Amino acid sequence: MEKFGYTISKIRQIDYDSNDRSIADYIASGEPSFLKCIECGCCSATCTTGNFTRFSLRELNILIKRGENTQVRNNIRKCMFCGKCILVCPRGVNTRNVIALAKQAFQKAELYAV
Amino acid sequence: MSKHVVVIGGGVAGLEAAGWLAKAGFDVSLVEKEETTGGHINNWFKLFPDRRVSGEVKKYLDGISINDRVKLLTGTTLTEFSRNSDHFRLITNHGKELKADAVIVATGFDLFNSARKEEYGYGIYDNVISSADLEKMFRNGLITMADGNVPKKIGMVHCVGSRDEKVGNLFCSKLCCVTAVKQAIEIKENIPESKVFCFYMDMRMGGAHYEELYREAQEKWGVSFIRGKVSEAGETINHRIVVKVEDTLAGRPLKMELDLLVLMAGMEMSKDGRRVAELAGLRTGDNRYFAPEDHHFGANVSNIEGVFYAGTCTAPMNITETISHSRAAVAEVTEYLKSGLD
Repeated sequence: MEKFGYTISKIRQIDYDSNDRSIADYIASGEPSFLKCIECGCCSATCTTGNFTRFSLRELNILIKRGENTQVRNNIRKCMFCGKCILVCPRGVNTRNVIALAKQAFQKAELYAV
Repeated sequence: MSKHVVVIGGGVAGLEAAGWLAKAGFDVSLVEKEETTGGHINNWFKLFPDRRVSGEVKKYLDGISINDRVKLLTGTTLTEFSRNSDHFRLITNHGKELKADAVIVATGFDLFNSARKEEYGYGIYDNVISSADLEKMFRNGLITMADGNVPKKIGMVHCVGSRDEKVGNLFCSKLCCVTAVKQAIEIKENIPESKVFCFYMDMRMGGAHYEELYREAQEKWGVSFIRGKVSEAGETINHRIVVKVEDTLAGRPLKMELDLLVLMAGMEMSKDGRRVAELAGLRTGDNRYFAPEDHHFGANVSNIEGVFYAGTCTAPMNITETISHSRAAVAEVTEYLKSGLD
């Protein structure tokens, strides 16, 4: 069949009400400091992974809170757990634990989905 | 015989100034357009950052301003303002003449009329209210939607009427951020199962204990902060409010349905202040507030010798700053008239 190059663009809008934010709830209950993030980006600035790949913990924080889980799941594996982000966080967020819990939450979600 | 000072405006600034003028030995006439004094403080329930009941502030102000030296003229506005050699001659709407050795202008601010930001639907959609409307609900102890039900999902829009060229206000009202945080906490206290979202451009938490309150709102109350200015609000068929905003930190547009939308109204130069400016020939700035002669050393000094400013008629201020500014105005009057005695 002839390809005309037309595609259907996926909507970029975050549909807050339809999104599943159970991952965020799971992290917040296990690591309450997660809620204190003010999105300053200090963690991403110091992040070794972030300096070599498209990985931003700050962005992941937001996406988790909005329930944009697919993007988070694909990205979160890149973290090497060095913990530099914890050292620089001005709000005292235990960022490493946030990632650990996020991974855990995804694992559980996948387990139950099967 | 004591020297006589007229204070225009009986809100926080005017009452504080009147009280301190009396302490310094001046006779004071306090002109207030409403039947009661207190101004905006009467419309607020609790105050940031320490959640003091606003009635306590009113009580304090009454305590220092109700005395033999202060003559209270309520329901009074000015129709004439002139200067004759060494004194001012003011005529009231009741035809009374006031002779003053000095004048303190404390005409305060007006809350921005949220209906002017039509895209937010204030006055169009029933479940869009202003921060002042919410305070009224706090005072009545009942937060409800238009149909009487309790809202479970509430949004607060920062910067309504501030930092907005479209309404002619380039300045930051600086109190709305902390008011939003305070009100978000109060909503959570009243409706623990509710979700509260603050839509902000910047969080300007510059005052003492503001940042700590912001942190408390996140940590203790789970209030969500979304960075982005709401572009428009619409209504669903069942009277819920839909907001469109860019989640600027995610770099994506976002839409959300809410039960109640609260608009954080900014502060503007009051209409009556503008009338006094015209009547007396007082200079105003691009922001329409009275323009003090010097931002550092003459924040109370006007372009007319013997006329001084107190409080939010010159710029947005919180109560702490207003009180300090009023006391400074009294210091200026004392220096100008040398002493309370003739």
